[in-house]
Amino acid sequence: MDETVAEFFKRTILKIPMAEMMTILKAWDFLSENQLQTVNFRQRKESLVQDLVLLCEKKRASLNDAAILDIVYTQFHRHQKVWDVFRMSREPGEDIDLFDMEQFKRSFKKILQRALKNVTISFRDAEENAVWIRIAWGSQYRKPNQYRPVYVVYYSQTPYAFTSSSQLRSNIPLLGQALTIASKHHQIMKMDLRSRYLDSLKAIVFKQYNQTFETHNSTTPLHERSLGLDINMDSRIIHENRIEKERVQRVTQETFGYYPQPRLEFAQYKLETKFKSDLNGGILAEREEPLRCLIKFSSPHLLEALKALAPAGIADAPLSPLLTCIPNKGMNYFKIRDK
Amino acid sequence: MSVLRPLDKLPGLNTATILLVGTEDALLQQLADAMLKEDCASELKVHLAKSLPLPSSVTRPRIDLIMFVVNLHSKYSLRNVEESLHHVDATFFLGKVGFLATGAGRESHCSVHRNTVVKLAHTYRSPLLFCDLEVEGFRATMAQRLVRMLQICAGHVPGLSALNLLSLLRSSENPSLEDL
Repeated sequence: MDETVAEFFKRTILKIPMAEMMTILKAWDFLSENQLQTVNFRQRKESLVQDLVLLCEKKRASLNDAAILDIVYTQFHRHQKVWDVFRMSREPGEDIDLFDMEQFKRSFKKILQRALKNVTISFRDAEENAVWIRIAWGSQYRKPNQYRPVYVVYYSQTPYAFTSSSQLRSNIPLLGQALTIASKHHQIMKMDLRSRYLDSLKAIVFKQYNQTFETHNSTTPLHERSLGLDINMDSRIIHENRIEKERVQRVTQETFGYYPQPRLEFAQYKLETKFKSDLNGGILAEREEPLRCLIKFSSPHLLEALKALAPAGIADAPLSPLLTCIPNKGMNYFKIRDK
Repeated sequence: MSVLRPLDKLPGLNTATILLVGTEDALLQQLADAMLKEDCASELKVHLAKSLPLPSSVTRPRIDLIMFVVNLHSKYSLRNVEESLHHVDATFFLGKVGFLATGAGRESHCSVHRNTVVKLAHTYRSPLLFCDLEVEGFRATMAQRLVRMLQICAGHVPGLSALNLLSLLRSSENPSLEDL
């Protein structure tokens, strides 16, 4: 086996946490059950990795097999990447042929390889007619860098593709082109939506987040399903603004629904508006140029945090539509200009 | 009846009622729970309100003590208290009103300056207490103090009235307050 390939195998297997080793190797499905049994999984990680690499060598594993292992690892650790969303479109009135996965893969590979001599492309099919594509970029004179790949998850029955954010941004237009042509679309556009949580991005983009769970709870009265507040209240405690509280709960439920929100880590608003003030005069009021300002909301779970704001008394209900439109519009990057 | 008056209803037998006014429901709820855990000879009732005026209600008992809770992390909560103060009759401020400021422990999150609430309390001649209601230990201690204050304001402690308590609390205040 080539030295660089062996090194790539070693580094990829080393990344895998011991607790997940068996699961990931089984999902990779390259080493058979029998072969895995010949390895001692209780030894120190370095020795285990050496044994596994030897096994791969004996089985004549190729660079592509290592790339597939890398895909499997990333599928298990998708939160380690930040994902962008792209939407493709066709010309109106165009005939749409039946999608052929193999033809897509061939076409995609051809386009990239024609443009860049040195590039490693690997595919792994996934559920829901999706395909995970791993691309390691090289250049005319350099071999592909296997340690900075880009991942693309394309749902073939939809115009959407998710790509992992990469520092090597110069190749993104080429990637977009390859995707578009291979999937028989005309245009590709980057959406203003980004998150670590691929499944949440999927839910937002495919509008799958608004399914009500636990329908057996729907018969309990509204005030008992208060968000985050203890419902076993002492009868000596009386809420004076009960009606207002119920209104806030109702408005919040209407805006956010009963279902768990998709997970985003931030929302960013870029303002380019002129300064508006009630006071007459003042230095800022005379300024012709728009003020530039960036506001970023971060949270481990942004939408759930926004949902909890009004019931917690930190904000009035209803919340600003700029905040509540995030899942509906499928955006978490906004540019606000004067009309 | 949009203005709260201290003596417009008859007192309940052995009952003491406190009204907590503040935007952050969860904190008020926890404070109320802590107060009700205290051993107390009087029957305690806790009313929680986001703001004043209160919706009109015939069944509401006489309110013996109002505590306005301001979260120093939120200008919104300060503004809410300032607006609610307009719906309290002047006679309430003879020892039956207090201010409670929470969140002072996390200085970096404070958007309301300490002096703002100090001045507010001084304007209304009422005591100001500081307590991080999010910390259980502090909350329990504050609950004890409030229960004691409430009993005095309800007249359940012989020989001590709300006005007495007010002068006691005021004389121990920092004299530089007068300079503000």
